[in-house]
Amino acid sequence: MSQSLLTVAPSPHIHTELTIPQVMRGVIIAMVPALLVSVYNFGLGAVYVTGLSILFCAGAEWAICKFLLKREPTITDGSAVITGMLLAFNVPSNLPWYIILIGSLVSVGIGKMSFGGLGNNPFNPALVGRVFLLLSFPVEMTSWPQAVATWSLDGTTGATPLGILKDGLRAGETVPALMQQMPSYTDFFFGFQGGSLGEMSAFALLIGLGYMLYRKIITWHIPVTMIATVFVMTGIFWFIDPTRFASPLFHVLTGGVMLGAIFMATDYVTSPVSHKGMILFAIGCGVLTVLIRLFGAYPEGVSFAILIMNAFVPLINTYLKPVRYGRKK
Amino acid sequence: MKKRAFHKELKTFRLGGVHPQDNKLSATVPLAQLPLPKQVTIPIVQHIGAPAKVVVQRGDTVKVGQVIAQHEGFISSNIHASCSGRIGIIEDVMDSSGFKHLAVNIRVKGDDWLETIDRTDTLVEEISLSRDEIVARVMEAGVVGMGGAGFPSHAKIKVPEGKTIDTLIINGVECEPYLTADHRLMLEKPREIIVGVRILMKALGVSRAIIGIEDNKHDAIELFEEWLREGKQIEVQPLEVQYPQGGEKQLIQAVLDREVPSGGLPADVGVIVHNVGTTFAIYEAVQKNKPLIERVVTVTGKDVKQPSNLWVRIGTPVIELITAAGGLPESTGKVVSGGPMMGKAIADLEVPVAKGTSGILVIAQAETKRTEEYNCVHCGKCIEACPMGLEPYRLLLLSKAGHSEKSKRENVLDCIECGSCSFVCPSNRPILDYIRLSKTKLKKLK
Amino acid sequence: MNDVVLYTVLSLTGIGLLAAVVLYYVSKKFHVTEDERIARVEAVLPNTNCGGCGQPGCHAFAEAVVKSGDLSVLHCPVGGNPVMKQVAEVLGVKTVEKDPYIAVVRCSGSFEYRKKTNVYDGAPSCAIAAQLYSGDTGCAYGCLGMGDCVVACDFEAMYMDEKTGLPVIIEDKCTACNACVKSCPKDILELWPKGKKNQRIYVACLNEEKGSTARKECAVACSGCAKCAEACRYEAITIDHNLAAIDPDKCKLCAECIDTCDVRNIIATNFSPEKLLQASEHRQKREERERKKREEEKAKAATAATNPETPA
Repeated sequence: MSQSLLTVAPSPHIHTELTIPQVMRGVIIAMVPALLVSVYNFGLGAVYVTGLSILFCAGAEWAICKFLLKREPTITDGSAVITGMLLAFNVPSNLPWYIILIGSLVSVGIGKMSFGGLGNNPFNPALVGRVFLLLSFPVEMTSWPQAVATWSLDGTTGATPLGILKDGLRAGETVPALMQQMPSYTDFFFGFQGGSLGEMSAFALLIGLGYMLYRKIITWHIPVTMIATVFVMTGIFWFIDPTRFASPLFHVLTGGVMLGAIFMATDYVTSPVSHKGMILFAIGCGVLTVLIRLFGAYPEGVSFAILIMNAFVPLINTYLKPVRYGRKK
Repeated sequence: MKKRAFHKELKTFRLGGVHPQDNKLSATVPLAQLPLPKQVTIPIVQHIGAPAKVVVQRGDTVKVGQVIAQHEGFISSNIHASCSGRIGIIEDVMDSSGFKHLAVNIRVKGDDWLETIDRTDTLVEEISLSRDEIVARVMEAGVVGMGGAGFPSHAKIKVPEGKTIDTLIINGVECEPYLTADHRLMLEKPREIIVGVRILMKALGVSRAIIGIEDNKHDAIELFEEWLREGKQIEVQPLEVQYPQGGEKQLIQAVLDREVPSGGLPADVGVIVHNVGTTFAIYEAVQKNKPLIERVVTVTGKDVKQPSNLWVRIGTPVIELITAAGGLPESTGKVVSGGPMMGKAIADLEVPVAKGTSGILVIAQAETKRTEEYNCVHCGKCIEACPMGLEPYRLLLLSKAGHSEKSKRENVLDCIECGSCSFVCPSNRPILDYIRLSKTKLKKLK
Repeated sequence: MNDVVLYTVLSLTGIGLLAAVVLYYVSKKFHVTEDERIARVEAVLPNTNCGGCGQPGCHAFAEAVVKSGDLSVLHCPVGGNPVMKQVAEVLGVKTVEKDPYIAVVRCSGSFEYRKKTNVYDGAPSCAIAAQLYSGDTGCAYGCLGMGDCVVACDFEAMYMDEKTGLPVIIEDKCTACNACVKSCPKDILELWPKGKKNQRIYVACLNEEKGSTARKECAVACSGCAKCAEACRYEAITIDHNLAAIDPDKCKLCAECIDTCDVRNIIATNFSPEKLLQASEHRQKREERERKKREEEKAKAATAATNPETPA
């Protein structure tokens, strides 16, 4: 036979086009709108922080593979780029380079590679880095530049809406009075508020969510459930006492709820595998976020909430089985 | 919103499912007869159950339709000469299963049929045989499930003792991408198929039959609705396009919303499922006294010059079909017997067409080659895709670690090997490969 | 402030004491008395937990051997006779010497001899390929070459030779634990008596096809020609299903069969070339003698037939 040899393999003989590099590319594209808003608001600082973070994360993964694990570098799968972007999204845009470097090393080194690389890490790497930085450099991590597009790297800094709220309430002021000092909900929605790089605009993040749902990269279960949980729970408290608790819309639009629900909690590796599990996980994230925000010491609790729920994922995966066919009793 | 072209709402199964590209390239190509090959090699094992016993010898002359291997026991099937000529060598040859099995070679000479077979095209609507006679006739004709499983059909038209059957489902789903054999048969022989359904209803003693057809075959659905307008007993159920709807368990769930209990048979929930190809073969067996000696085979592939649907005699070498469709393309990577999701890749183009061969698919190397494998990222897509509600990613890990017993507790034996999990895995992990390994090990332990 | 320190110290000490009492009580109450010989047997075992003895691990072996006290059935292949001698001393029973075994590869179909007929593209596991089809070469009996056996080996005693595509066993490291034998779906690997001076003779082929078919599939396949069986003085070689098989119990390692095989597929390990040459000459001389003898007998019979008068 002149023909070259036939290939033989077990079925199936065709495969979906949505492979890991494709998925990662899709997530990166979904993050672009939020990044653009951030660049618009913070100018060069956003570009600088994001660029460095991606560079350090990918570099860390490459170096760890090459020199420590002595295996083929795995950065081509794109997951290090996402970790870098997410880390940048979770920090202020005026963070000095050495803090970004430390954050990247912790994210990739401790958060991911120490467990065996992509797929084996129990906690979201970017959040591990973020929380590490928050605990180690509390001042740098909480002095957010204000949302004015400045093309220089220094700008005025201030607190986030959530921070203003928390401090105000501690000082004995009421919510309606505090609300007077804040931008409008439309401003929150389109991203004119202080805060971390990626959590500026709910609108931009929702575009990203829409894109990921359209590409079938993620399902609706985690983001929708988590946002709904935060909304409902803060709504209940608001209903009880609107002078002590802010409105549910305020809670959903400010801080990291959108970013967390759309990009952090949905991370494949650190979220449950079944739909039932995803919903349970997302409810947990939402409840913990609200509890930390309303009653905890920190003004914001999304990172901690997701990290705590990450720890429950193996348990959820083991005990929440999907509905089996033909095994109804 | 979905277009409502039919009287009924579209249905589908509830758990899992995937949407591979349709690629029904040959859907508009009418059936054609493949010229008789020079020789045919007829495998003796083409069905589940006891192998048939060869009753001819080298040098014998046989006519088309003559029995060359007799069934042994009830769960077994007759094998007939598909061509007339002289019996050649009887030895183990490679068949589409990938292993060598006993087969009878016939050097084809002329086209000399047994006189008892009615070769005319006239439609015989009157069903004169009794229930037992129908079962006997189907058994004699060697009809087996033509969807691929190859379970002897006569065993499936006899109501099992202690069971009551209320519904007959005819499987016209053809959910495998590329394949169009059943589709063309439905378009060109609808009245014969309907008579076949009535024969089956009579044999099973049921008063209700549902023909399930997927929404990508509008013409077939419309045609059957047209022919079935008067009667109330036989209905057409249009179904959403979703793989693996053609799986027996999924089809029953889609059409009747019943679930076959684990380890059970459709008869346990009062249903019997037959494929349209089988139904047509049963019509021919009962009304025309024609044994199963030929079938429709789709020859297709993106680079195949003339994708076609051919009437092929059982035992014809695959290469003859590919030649008839324009020859083997340069880009060929795999030749698959069956569809791309569940078919078997064949290593040798001399492999004969069997009763269960629904298609010959030629896939380009670029399309079929497995790509780099990544770690499992626990995305849960395999769970989302599994129509049996299993956790394929976990079964893969258990199989790799050799924990067969644990896999059994995770219901690995419920797996229908549809391949949805491997298809959908973004990390390209060979999930089904390892699940099969677990299943084989567990079956050996039994 | 001092109160806080005091209470803390007191409560922690209290908890500590309580826990100690509970632990002491539990360990007394639920103490399991185990035959102390089990521990001593375990101490002399290699403790590799390979399962080669048929027991789940070394502890289970120790338990079993203490319980039965019979060394004729239970044998540690890894430790071999020296370890079993120590075990016998511990138990105070007579030691049973067993011939050491080693795994052998019963396939010679390297890339050079056995051409590929298709390309396998599934998961890289022999077990998976074996249940899919008969293999990526013409030979349905040969090695699949994906190294399930190498993965199964706990002792790093095997590797895949990249030039031939066949596994190689490192003699010094192989402990005959049987793991590779169990892992091979084609039963290519087999435990074979290690032999005196590490010398052993076996047929490295399992192809049961007819000679002509077998040779088409693999240039060094055993065709079942039976020349080796004819040459064997000890009836150690039998032909079954077109395949020569050597019975290691009957084989006297005379090596006279080696060069009767036209594809040189009777493997003799650790024989010097001189020894093999000698064996070959030996056989040829013997065959010459036998041929002459037969001819003489024939001639005698012929003369007897032509001279019927000769008295019997």
